[in-house]
Amino acid sequence: MSSAAQVQGQPTSSPATAAPDRFYPARRALESVVGPLAALLLSAIGFSVFLLVLGKSPTDFFALMWKGAFASTFSLDNTLQRAAPLLLTALCVAVPAQLGLVIIGGEGAVVLGGLAATVIALPLNGAWPPLVQVAMAIAGAAAGAGWIAITGLLRARRGINETVASLVLAYIGIALFNHLVEGPLRDPASLNKPSTYGIGDANMLGPLPGTDLHPGLAVGVVACILCWVLISRTSLGFSMRVTGGNLRAAQLQGLPVQRLIILACLIGGGCAGLAGMIEVAAVHGRANASLIAGYGYAGILIAFLSRQNPLAIIPMSVLLGGIGAAGGLLQRRMDLPDATVQVLEGFIFVAILASETMQGRIAWFQPRARG
Amino acid sequence: MTQSSGASPGFSRRTLLQSAGLGTAAAALGAPMISRRARGAELVIGFIYVGPKDDYGYNQAHAEAAAVLKKMPGIKIVEEEKVPETDDVAKTMQSMIELDGATLLFPTSFGYFDPYMLKMASKYPSVQFRHCGGLWTSKNPTNTGSYFGYIGMAQYLNGVVAGFTSKSKKIGFVAAKPIPQVLINVNSFALGARSVDPSITTQVIFTGDWSMPVKEAEATNSLADQGIDVVTCHVDGPKVLVETAERRGIYTCGYHANQSALAPKGYLTGAEWNWITVYKQFVGEMQAGKPLGNFVRGGLAEGFVKTSPYGPAVSAAAQAHADMVKAEIMKGGFSVFKGPLKDNKGNVVVPAGKSYVETAIELESMNYLVEGVNGSLS
Repeated sequence: MSSAAQVQGQPTSSPATAAPDRFYPARRALESVVGPLAALLLSAIGFSVFLLVLGKSPTDFFALMWKGAFASTFSLDNTLQRAAPLLLTALCVAVPAQLGLVIIGGEGAVVLGGLAATVIALPLNGAWPPLVQVAMAIAGAAAGAGWIAITGLLRARRGINETVASLVLAYIGIALFNHLVEGPLRDPASLNKPSTYGIGDANMLGPLPGTDLHPGLAVGVVACILCWVLISRTSLGFSMRVTGGNLRAAQLQGLPVQRLIILACLIGGGCAGLAGMIEVAAVHGRANASLIAGYGYAGILIAFLSRQNPLAIIPMSVLLGGIGAAGGLLQRRMDLPDATVQVLEGFIFVAILASETMQGRIAWFQPRARG
Repeated sequence: MTQSSGASPGFSRRTLLQSAGLGTAAAALGAPMISRRARGAELVIGFIYVGPKDDYGYNQAHAEAAAVLKKMPGIKIVEEEKVPETDDVAKTMQSMIELDGATLLFPTSFGYFDPYMLKMASKYPSVQFRHCGGLWTSKNPTNTGSYFGYIGMAQYLNGVVAGFTSKSKKIGFVAAKPIPQVLINVNSFALGARSVDPSITTQVIFTGDWSMPVKEAEATNSLADQGIDVVTCHVDGPKVLVETAERRGIYTCGYHANQSALAPKGYLTGAEWNWITVYKQFVGEMQAGKPLGNFVRGGLAEGFVKTSPYGPAVSAAAQAHADMVKAEIMKGGFSVFKGPLKDNKGNVVVPAGKSYVETAIELESMNYLVEGVNGSLS
């Protein structure tokens, strides 16, 4: 989005080509870091005022926040654990966003990905576990990809609004999930909490070697990096960004816009489906209502906070994971209701979105002609 | 004035460091201080709720008991609400143990047990875990356990009062999911009403999940539209149902906690948990250094459940009859599910001559709605 604006802005400052501003790329990179940081600071100040109005101490709050989220191995582990599924679900928003699509139905892809992974593991029980796990990952990613691709197809071929379509499909996906888990796929022994049969302990993914960390963390970080490479370092990614910047221009250039839309949805959905598979394989061991935990929706928040940049998703997921990890401690020590951390998240969200409008408005960060 | 002797120099230093730096130095100092406090004589107990503590329902019933414990000497209660049934709850338990020094944990939601609580129990063998729901078996770690109440009898009493109060002879039940625990309540309510008048029918509506306020309101309205004049429910937070029923001018029987404040006119009575009984038992055992029970269950007679005081709309005859049935239940051995009993499709589910008391294992896999209930499980 902003890159398109800069492309348009270039010709007016074309005399600068005579004396190129060598530091401009560095300043531009700095701008994209300073913006969100300033927004975070601003939201912390705003939230402190909110706490003071409630009669609570902001210093206590942020001290507990630090303690609960980052101060010890346990806290850090807690934070990263919560961040892990969000890395992948944020990609479900950020990848299609390169084409200007706002996909908010990742939750459907998460639950169906988890279910598909479970279903494929059941008949394979007893086979070599890495094989089962690979099959689960493929099934999960395929189910998620397929589900979000429906939205992509509707958008590309019929011009249906992808935001509404993806959200409604998420509801349908969850209903389908509930129907299957409580009906045809139910383990009759799961009386009071309907669940599918378990995938078997042997097929579970263990923590990352040498740590207590969720395996989804490594998968998520790798996926974020791959998506970043795809978007910023390949011609395919460039085509996506061109389409997002100016659809008409992309069509005039002969870019396969419809196929790009469907491809981006496949990639995003695949990431969300993989998140569901990892939840099943690393945490639950079976598919049940625990899978409908809102990770898909939390991913929307993170993608927007990251300004749809896959690399920025990593720190933002850790930040939100940390807020979640500290949330319990804040309830227990400061007697604050659970909704307090949602208020903080709200402050951050609004501040970061507002900071986005400042991009390109501050002269110091802009290209300058050297005299 | 100079810093006078300093009631707790450690505390002020810690506060200063944390508010100033928020750095690792503060964190490193903070950690040992927490464990020093944990080593004190006070017993730290963690309560974990799946929804808000003030939901007029399942979570409030537990939180009310926790509030009673909080007033007892030598006890510190740490609570966390709205913790989802995912790995989050494992982390909450771990956080209560590591950061608050909790040695007794009550994860109160059904889905917290497997795998989250079991995983934490193997990791922290010196911490006691007691889960609400009756899932414990002897294969589980010895530092874990279950407690639960048989609340069906209280729903039966709800049904008796509803049977006396209903004029249309049609009563309703808004239920979350067609699982055994819920079906026992639906059937007990229906059988209670039918014990007063066998022509009474009970319409059941399943909303599909534990907390669906919009669907619960729609269901209540649709029941009222059908001419049903008494409703009850089995969802996590009965607040919406009770308020909607009161607005529609029909009667309600409560569930989980006392909701009479929400429906001063139409609230008849209610089936309530009385968790303080079991919590006091566990805490007493813990303080006396005795082993805690692994599988604790009880009903009305044992004080695990109770009934709400009668509302103004309950007739004297209804009160007298319900009190009589209650006295009968308190004696023990009372059975709601007595043969011959048919389900609503005409199949015999309890043969003649057979009867199941509330503790009967047969009831725990209930998969039918009894005769007189309109509705279906699928």
